[in-house]
Amino acid sequence: MDSSVFFSLRLSLQVAIAATVLIVVIGVPIAYLLARKNFPGKELLDIILTLPLVLPPTVTGYYLILAFGRNGVVGRYLYNWFDWSIMFTWYAAVIASFVVALPLMIKTGRAALEGVDRNLVNAAYTLGHSEWETALKVTLPLAKRGLLAGIVLSFARALGEFGATLMLAGNIPGKTDTMPLAIYSLSASGEQEQAAGMVVLLTFVAALFLYLANRYSRRIF
Amino acid sequence: MGLSVSVKKAVKGFTLDVSWQIGNELAVLFGFSGSGKSLTLQLVAGLMKPDSGVIKANGTIYFDSERNISATPQQRSLGYVFQDLALFPHMTVKQNILFGAKGVPKRETAERYHEMIDAFYINDLEKKRPSEISGGQKQRVAFARALMRRPDVLLLDEPFSALDTPLRIEMRAFLKDLRKTFQVPVVLVTHDAGEAAALADSIIVYSEGSVIQSGPAGDVFNNPADERVGRLLSGQETALRTFCRQNYNESRTA
Repeated sequence: MDSSVFFSLRLSLQVAIAATVLIVVIGVPIAYLLARKNFPGKELLDIILTLPLVLPPTVTGYYLILAFGRNGVVGRYLYNWFDWSIMFTWYAAVIASFVVALPLMIKTGRAALEGVDRNLVNAAYTLGHSEWETALKVTLPLAKRGLLAGIVLSFARALGEFGATLMLAGNIPGKTDTMPLAIYSLSASGEQEQAAGMVVLLTFVAALFLYLANRYSRRIF
Repeated sequence: MGLSVSVKKAVKGFTLDVSWQIGNELAVLFGFSGSGKSLTLQLVAGLMKPDSGVIKANGTIYFDSERNISATPQQRSLGYVFQDLALFPHMTVKQNILFGAKGVPKRETAERYHEMIDAFYINDLEKKRPSEISGGQKQRVAFARALMRRPDVLLLDEPFSALDTPLRIEMRAFLKDLRKTFQVPVVLVTHDAGEAAALADSIIVYSEGSVIQSGPAGDVFNNPADERVGRLLSGQETALRTFCRQNYNESRTA
């Protein structure tokens, strides 16, 4: 395998795994809050976090530049304090993948958590278990299939992220060219054979993950 | 020992306003569906909060709106058996029962667990999941789980309603034995007059969010306070009166 192809494959996996870890750590608690708690602005939060699912990725990417660009809401502090910008680094690819794939975790996870019988949660409370313990021992285990499906779908989506990544991380060979971006570059420069190899590989991986997601979530999809 | 409840709670188009107390006995909350019986249990257990009032069990205040006391469900020493039993489907029978041992000292847990599985005849079921055991067995597991912490009061929300008649009658005997063994005050919610007559030491009759009569079971069945109570108990009058006379005489000689 060509070393640049290998680099892209490795980078794609690295970005998708990092984004998925973030999605689990941040997305599962958010899905839990949306499923179990009532607070002002709850549905608005759901809408904002779900928007990347329906917006063109370039629009999501644009918002991310507003947030993380050198003059961005967050990016300006990073730049002022550390003389560093996240733009055009592989971290930016992680953020782009995270934001675009997060809604799949939240939607699937919320549905799965809402599907857990309220009486089981109440039973755990009357048996003396705190909300935290109940979440860990009852709610999350019972929503396991849906949560796993959400994780698998998010990973597959993160692996295929293109538009927002292009906007935020750029398409820098050997630095930020994940497989989707590398395919775009190869195809644009007429290197169809190499592009085709990556296309087949990416299709196969995506199909495998969809199969896994289906297995875990027959009740949901 | 006992439980005293005096609460008001308004929920969509319905107001509950009840006041009653029980000692170390089996008290039946009786009335049609929708009269506020289950809601009362939820308020007692702390799963919902009354608008105002006082709830006390064995002298401990669980809720007092004037003194701004409201214990969480975890802080209340209550065993609650839900209508659908609420056994955890992802845990074995053993894990379900041990899940009820929260706060029980480690060395006592094993001892109590064995006491429970012996008392409830579930020795052979330990490794099974709730989906693999029968309705009556599930009931027994739910009771064992609810009693692991030695609660001050046992709350039963129509736990037998899903069972067929022979098993219901068997479970009535089981519940009487359980009272004898564990000496725990029991509040049983039911809309089945036969069940009320067979089990109750005292009866609290609910109608549309209020208590319309309460007292020893025999008194309530023999002398309904008014036409409304009589109507609630009607239809099964003869059988009921037989039941409760027996029950009443038993309780007088006991």
